[in-house]
Amino acid sequence: MLGRSANAIFWMFRYLERAENLARLIDTGFRMALTRDHLTAEEEWRSVIETAGMRHAYQTQNGTYAGIQVWNYILRDRHNPNSIRSLIGQVRANARSARNSITTEVWEAVNESYLHLTDLLNRPVTQSGLADAINAVKRESTQVRGAMDGSMLRNDIYNFARIGAFLERADNTSRILDVKYYVLLPSLSYVGSSLDNVQWETILRSLGAERAYRWLNAGQLDARGIADFLILDGRFPRSLRFCYAQMRANLHELALQYGGELRSHEVMRNADLKLQDRDIDLVIDMGLHEFLSDFISTNNEIAHAIQTDYRFTD
Amino acid sequence: MSFSGTDTFDEMIDAEGGVRPAYASYREWFDEQDPRALHRKHQEAEAFFRKTGITFNVYGQDEAEERLIPFDPVPRIIAAHEWRRLSKGIEQRVRALNAFLHDLYHRQEIIRAKRVPESLLRGNAAYLPHMSGFTPPGGVYTHITGIDLVRTGTNDFHVLEDNARTPSGVSYMLENRETMMAMFPELFTRVKVAPVSDYPRRLARSLAACAPPACKGKPVVAVLTPGIFNSAYYEHAFLADQMGAELVEAADLRVVDGRVQMRTTRGFTPVDVLYRRVDDDYLDPLTFRPESMLGVPGIMDVYRAGGITIANAPGTGIADDKALYSFMPEIVEFYTGEKPLLPNVETFRCMEEDGLKYVLDNIADLVVKEVHGSGGYGMLIGPTSSRREIEKFKAKLKANPANYIAQPTLALSTVPILTRKGLAPRHVDLRPFVLMSPKGIEITPGGLTRVALKRGSLVVNSSQGGGTKDSWVLEE
Repeated sequence: MLGRSANAIFWMFRYLERAENLARLIDTGFRMALTRDHLTAEEEWRSVIETAGMRHAYQTQNGTYAGIQVWNYILRDRHNPNSIRSLIGQVRANARSARNSITTEVWEAVNESYLHLTDLLNRPVTQSGLADAINAVKRESTQVRGAMDGSMLRNDIYNFARIGAFLERADNTSRILDVKYYVLLPSLSYVGSSLDNVQWETILRSLGAERAYRWLNAGQLDARGIADFLILDGRFPRSLRFCYAQMRANLHELALQYGGELRSHEVMRNADLKLQDRDIDLVIDMGLHEFLSDFISTNNEIAHAIQTDYRFTD
Repeated sequence: MSFSGTDTFDEMIDAEGGVRPAYASYREWFDEQDPRALHRKHQEAEAFFRKTGITFNVYGQDEAEERLIPFDPVPRIIAAHEWRRLSKGIEQRVRALNAFLHDLYHRQEIIRAKRVPESLLRGNAAYLPHMSGFTPPGGVYTHITGIDLVRTGTNDFHVLEDNARTPSGVSYMLENRETMMAMFPELFTRVKVAPVSDYPRRLARSLAACAPPACKGKPVVAVLTPGIFNSAYYEHAFLADQMGAELVEAADLRVVDGRVQMRTTRGFTPVDVLYRRVDDDYLDPLTFRPESMLGVPGIMDVYRAGGITIANAPGTGIADDKALYSFMPEIVEFYTGEKPLLPNVETFRCMEEDGLKYVLDNIADLVVKEVHGSGGYGMLIGPTSSRREIEKFKAKLKANPANYIAQPTLALSTVPILTRKGLAPRHVDLRPFVLMSPKGIEITPGGLTRVALKRGSLVVNSSQGGGTKDSWVLEE
């Protein structure tokens, strides 16, 4: 396949994943803000913007962190290149550019998502319309993933798509954790205080992990357990370890299909082995923030190695 | 102002109000249908096009807006014997065009014989001196040609334009048929229609038959597109997909070891035949536009050394020139030794003094076109223009007469479309698609029928409110 098409497929699935994660983030912010007083609610929305990595751009356009302003900025602002509307446009542009690398089912799922979401996000999203908008984003993303799963050959194209999706997901999970890492530090938390509980729940919820975690832990919330679950539990599909296991498997398949390993395989293997070696006490000892910063930069390194090895660009 | 006068040829209904034979079975079927069901299916078809992304981009619109080309569900039907006659004329014309191009880039016999004035070549940007003395692989210049035809009577088809540069629209021909078959499967059991669906396969075969000397083994064909913002991107992707060819952009290509190669995830792979859907100007910045970043630097050198086939050959665009068009009857006769089977539309050359005078005196009844223009842009339709528009255009015309030709407003034939009030006649044209390779010429039965959806309008261009129809050639 063309290097440019591989690049388009890779980014198509990165952007799709990013859009879905942003929708989750807004959902969490909204639930938290609902239960808080006005000032704390603004703080919550500020944190959402921070987590989304949009603080600087947001501040140049907006003075306050009113909820409706924040969610409209993330959902539909035309000048925000990472708004969900912009991302979905990018997903479609990449799908068009690699149109012949995807099945008609995947293309139609993408195109319909785009038509549906751009129509939905054409008008400001009110509080009563927010849940619909968030659900629509999650549903459309699931549609595309499902079409992919059900119709694509398990070839290099599929592997590039999966690698893009999990690389982005690992990045998003680590960023969410990094913005909130301080509430997971045992030294600073009052075990069982209601404020902590709410903060921890925010983290779980933004990763769609609250039910899974409760189910596994019989309703007990504690900082160490949450960090362990989100970073190292290989059963949870948004944990860092899960993402890396998937990426490694897909890279392995690429090596089989292309008849050999490249530098990216080595970078990936080392990163995955390092992650497997960690236990949560070690992570917390070395510093959660340091661990996450290190993880994010390794993750970028993997992306870069793949883009170079497979000639994504000239 | 409406042109639908009594002298307009209605392709379905004859002068006595009877249904013409070619339409008899269709009309019988139509009269059995529930009009509401037809409208519902029509709407479903539009939704289907939107869903599948069969759109085109409109230049000069915000954010490269994508639009649908309206599709009309009433087919345009051509009888088998009509098509036989037509295709002979088309084949003759395409042979002549190819021979003409070869001559222009070699000995220029036709100019020596004074059948075509040399002035039309001098300073004509579409004429490429780089092609002089070079013969493309297989001697083929016009691998794909679209001949625009208009009809004015039972046996009166005229050529309105030749499209040898990069004719587009074939994907609509194919999708329109698919849509009709999906909407009205039973119709196709009642009427035997010549299939068009093998066009991509024929195209792939025809292109492969023009492989360059450097090609080893099975020719690798790629479609070169300017990218997703091009108005015909959908078609480029569609054709590449249907042919099983790679869809490449210039940035994917590079000259490596004397071949044009594409950057794949496994390394660089040679391309043998490049079906390019970009203009000559954007092929090679080293040859054509040093200031441009677009194109594949060095591709022309590889081409001339036999390392790649470019389809259509660079420099074929000269054949689309509307001033040269007016010489087509002479051109056909010069190279084939036969009288043209398909006449031109009467054309007045403003480059000639008599022509200019006539055009200025009769401009209100004429269509005036730029000789290098296309897509319905930059033209004046006298009868529908205001006095002010005409005066403004006259000034442009007088300033540069050689840039214009003029034609009478033809009474284009009509075919009915489906409206809220039932069938209503609208003006149409027809663009058959012609493939050429050393093995011969192939014409897909029918082609693309474009229809002016507004009552009385003669402008069928999709960029200006035209739609399309499925075009049927009946089997015998």
